[in-house]
Amino acid sequence: MTLDAGLVGRSYPPSAVYEVGREKLAEFAAALGDRDPVYRDPAAARAAGHPDVIAPPTFAIVLSLGAGNVVVEDPDVGIDYSRVVHGEQRFTHHRPIRAGDRLVATASVAAVRSMAGNDMLTTRVDLATEAGEPVCTTTSMLVARGGA
Amino acid sequence: MTGRPADLEVGSELPEQVSRVTRADLIRYAGASGDFNVIHWNERVAREVGLPGVIAHGMLTAGLAVRAVTAWAGDPGAVVDYQVRFSRPVVVPDDEDGAEVTVRGRVAALLDDGRVRVDLTVTSGGEKVLSLARAVVALR
Repeated sequence: MTLDAGLVGRSYPPSAVYEVGREKLAEFAAALGDRDPVYRDPAAARAAGHPDVIAPPTFAIVLSLGAGNVVVEDPDVGIDYSRVVHGEQRFTHHRPIRAGDRLVATASVAAVRSMAGNDMLTTRVDLATEAGEPVCTTTSMLVARGGA
Repeated sequence: MTGRPADLEVGSELPEQVSRVTRADLIRYAGASGDFNVIHWNERVAREVGLPGVIAHGMLTAGLAVRAVTAWAGDPGAVVDYQVRFSRPVVVPDDEDGAEVTVRGRVAALLDDGRVRVDLTVTSGGEKVLSLARAVVALR
């Protein structure tokens, strides 16, 4: 099947608030084998100029994966998730995510494309604080392999 | 690193980084990220869908790769943009050694406001696993 180009620009309701916790950031950094104290020691983070411990550059995937599911599950998008692989990923940080942030994720369809029988869906997720301060924009390109 | 060093130029190389990824690392990353896709921990299912075996999460590889940049920059908060394109899976064998992921980086461009673009070459078993991996770092 081919994705409908008319989907581009479609936006979805904001997510529930995600509260960023120090332990979660430390756990994520540990899973990357990264011992940088700026991820787990508030004093070290403050010494580096941050109000609290910060997130590794790819941590936003934790929020954008969940938020992006609303696009994949949209019946109008109609993508077969069992055939999906992750093609590309981008993070644009307006400032580092940090412990204590209360973030809201808003997903939208950024692009659709079909090539060689594969459907390519690019979703964008904007992460902002509850007060509306932009924190991070993620774009994910998913490839649904053809052949179904 | 404070400010962009005067001797930094296009072509400057980052220290090479070599990481090992074992099955235990995949389980740990699955838990931390919430990505429990079965192809990252179940050999039987991975083979059923045509993979050579259990593969690492692409975002685990991407997360390991950008460590080379944050370590070099001295402040992970300096990474203002990071993008990757996944080209080949990192197959993780069921043994103590796992897979090796090697990251090389070079300064590709000097941008406005002290920002620097770093291009990464990420390989496993001698093959490129990311066909594009690029970070923009704001050195302050």
